[in-house]
Amino acid sequence: MKNYDKLIFELSKPGRKAYNLPALDVEDKALESLIPAEYLTDKELNFPEVSEVDVIRHYTNLSDKNYGLDTGFYPLGSCTMKYNPKINEDVVKYDGFANVHPYQSECCVQGSLEVMYGLEKSLAEIGGMDRVTLQPAAGAHGEITGIMLIKAYHEKNGDFKRNKIIVPDSAHGTNPATATMAGYEIIEIKSTENGLVDLEALKAAVGEDTAGLMLTNPNTVGIYDRGVKEISRIVHEAGGLLYYDGANTNAIMGHARPGDMGFDVVHFNLHKTFSTPHGGGGPGSGPVGCKDFLVEFLPVPMVGKKEDNTFFLDYNFPNSIGKVKDFYGHFGILLRAYTYILTMGSDGLKKATEMAVLNANYIKEKLKDYYYLPIDNIVKHEVVFGGLKDTLSEVTTLDIAKRLLDKGYHPPTIYFPLIIHEALMIEPTESESKETIDAFIDAMIEIAKEAKENPELVKSAPNNTLVRRPDETKAAKNPILKYEG
Amino acid sequence: MYPYIPNTPQDEKEMLQAIGLDSVDQLFDDIPKDVHLTKPLNIPESKSELEVTNYLSSLANKNCSVSEMTNFLGAGAYDHYIPSVINAITSRSEFYTSYTPYQPEISQGTLQYIFEYQTLIANLTGMDLANASLYDGGTAITEAALMACAHSKKDEIIVSTGVKPEARQILKTYAHQQHLKVVEVETKDGVTDAQALEALVSDNTAAVIVQNPNFFGVLEDLKGLGEIAHKGKKTSFVASVNPISLAILKKPGELDVDIVVGDGQPLGIPLQFGGPYLGFMATKKDYMRKLPGRIIGETTDLDGKRSFVLTLAAREQHIRREKATSNICSNQGLNALAATVYMVTMGKEGLKEVATQCAKKAHYAFNELTKSGKYKPLFDKPFFMEFALTSETSVEKVNNALLDAKIIGGYDLGKDYPQYKNASLYAITEKRTKEEIDKLCEVLEGVK
Repeated sequence: MKNYDKLIFELSKPGRKAYNLPALDVEDKALESLIPAEYLTDKELNFPEVSEVDVIRHYTNLSDKNYGLDTGFYPLGSCTMKYNPKINEDVVKYDGFANVHPYQSECCVQGSLEVMYGLEKSLAEIGGMDRVTLQPAAGAHGEITGIMLIKAYHEKNGDFKRNKIIVPDSAHGTNPATATMAGYEIIEIKSTENGLVDLEALKAAVGEDTAGLMLTNPNTVGIYDRGVKEISRIVHEAGGLLYYDGANTNAIMGHARPGDMGFDVVHFNLHKTFSTPHGGGGPGSGPVGCKDFLVEFLPVPMVGKKEDNTFFLDYNFPNSIGKVKDFYGHFGILLRAYTYILTMGSDGLKKATEMAVLNANYIKEKLKDYYYLPIDNIVKHEVVFGGLKDTLSEVTTLDIAKRLLDKGYHPPTIYFPLIIHEALMIEPTESESKETIDAFIDAMIEIAKEAKENPELVKSAPNNTLVRRPDETKAAKNPILKYEG
Repeated sequence: MYPYIPNTPQDEKEMLQAIGLDSVDQLFDDIPKDVHLTKPLNIPESKSELEVTNYLSSLANKNCSVSEMTNFLGAGAYDHYIPSVINAITSRSEFYTSYTPYQPEISQGTLQYIFEYQTLIANLTGMDLANASLYDGGTAITEAALMACAHSKKDEIIVSTGVKPEARQILKTYAHQQHLKVVEVETKDGVTDAQALEALVSDNTAAVIVQNPNFFGVLEDLKGLGEIAHKGKKTSFVASVNPISLAILKKPGELDVDIVVGDGQPLGIPLQFGGPYLGFMATKKDYMRKLPGRIIGETTDLDGKRSFVLTLAAREQHIRREKATSNICSNQGLNALAATVYMVTMGKEGLKEVATQCAKKAHYAFNELTKSGKYKPLFDKPFFMEFALTSETSVEKVNNALLDAKIIGGYDLGKDYPQYKNASLYAITEKRTKEEIDKLCEVLEGVK
């Protein structure tokens, strides 16, 4: 149904139902005789009444209004929109995994604990870390967990004057928010023209009040910062620790490890690098790895292995920061990531990185005559352009993104990183074939030509989507956040 | 070749040529030699799908699932029935393989179901508005506390020990970072001690947090506790609730609760060893611009068509950066979809029937289990679907006997509350039958 525009509430009709429960098989006593009336509501639930057919048709029609990875190319920079293997979705539905209660006794959950143990080992190896907590629910959640480890370390040393976290201006937006949440002040340092950390600025910024530095490498411009060892030396000599934002791990697997570069703490985004679905915004998973000297601070529980090869939940971390999440993390996401790692193996992970990097450099090469390339270096997994090469054009990055919708593509990330004017951040991942990428390149070149020959066409885009540039100002000014009937 | 990597050696060659390189290795020349890995990662080599599924099936088979056993364990994660429609919808890859709806033109599916989700949660809790979801019930409590601190510009949080122990641990972990003070108010006879709370609430109190039904399954007097909480200046009264219970219990919105949070797992999300679940949050209007996480709003497009967008983004971390009160920049999208489909599938009557059956079966079980006097109620207080019993025998011993009869026993309260030694918390959902409850009773009676 092409123009389907109903809300589920608008389908409701008294008397319809989509559920069927077994009849009550215990004595049917009045609710008021079991629970005192003052606790019970006399109000009807304001929920729709629909049939099962209504439910299925409605949400199937809604799904048709979505563009997913299985629909087509999704080069959303910094998000690593790689293919979500179907085996992952099958495995999480195995009865033994899907229907296990987190508080069952250890003897009954050995399989789940073994998955967690195996995943921890694999992530530690990939990141060059000693141990990894699987508890954080998302990348941002991993960030704050990692910063808490750094804080716990300084506090244990009695070093309470370290109240600042250094964040380069090219950092992911969550980095400063995270450090603030952890009670730190932020020192933002400028990048060099090449988007790298300015070592002089860093030297000037570090001191006795430095708790740590948050960095991603390759950085958000997609460039590997060769100065990283020097960066780590400067920060470590000042007594600070180094935090690695693992959002860009897909650029280095099998080629380099944050641990070897001098980082002390790393978070991984399982929904990026390790193929778990983005789910329209979640649930994700953001495990955090650390070096030996920080292990004592990890949140509890960790999964341990006994001499008899059985697994257990290990709460024996007296200096632990505590807990950052209910239970043990997003087990269903952990399992998908582990399935991916088992499938790809050391060879496949390395190959994935290589093809992701090859694809990004190929796009860079093919588009740099049409789009402004602020930094012409070998890139890693993504490339950032600064709008059209014709900088006088009135066509903006937003217009280009909207025009890509007409051509059937999910646009790249736009206006990030903030240090690149009119940024278009393209991350193809290894999942795409040369044909797909060539077609995308052609579409981008076509848009650049249209911008020259018929700028109105681009500026008025999109023209063939279901809705066109919904009014965000109106939505924020007079918020309608629920259906009022 | 690998199934998920389509480039052929010929493609590679052509692409390298276009870039002006001879080999893929040259793409990594920018990584200095001293950190460039020279040997493979110490991870087994790639495997076929069949080998991987065989191995993972063998691990799954090492677990004992709640479908092979009869489960009476709850304590924050509940074994409710999940209708087939939910998996049918959440398995649609247009939903699960998409990301944050940054481009509303091609994300109306996600945006609309979240708008429906926000409406359902607001209606269920009786509150003005809800966000697009948070990580889980435990972290949602912490987010509520942080929001209350930002709202009141105060730094003391009072939390009842009737709140789930893990959630209180998370709260303390976060509070430590920002030097916020967490004060626990004890329970008395299974409910939050109102007198003790009254003595603690002051003008420094940013939030009073309780859980209903509380961790012992007992119903709290939300109205009375709220009145005490509101004696503080600008103090937020926060309630963490079981969403199923709201089909029959008075809604937090009727009881002057300011911030309602909870775990949406009972709404159609499998137990899956603790996650991913779904944190929900609903508030009064005053909190709208401080709400953490995402929010979806209704608007119109260029042609005047109803459409949905991410809104009130000024609250979000990517704008506020160093002024942030939360760093959450995602939501539990797919689980919010599951909960949405569950709520509309059960609908107005179905959710009430689920809640009613849970309550009636739980009370039947309570009566049967306490009949002989061998197991005594820990508290003599009204409950919804979970209750605690004590006996002369350790919970470990009782649960081992139950395990032998393929029954998963209750949660050992003594682990978190040393004063409640030998106390076990049983949860009864609509899935349990009279026969299963009678069997539980029989096995428990036989424990020596």
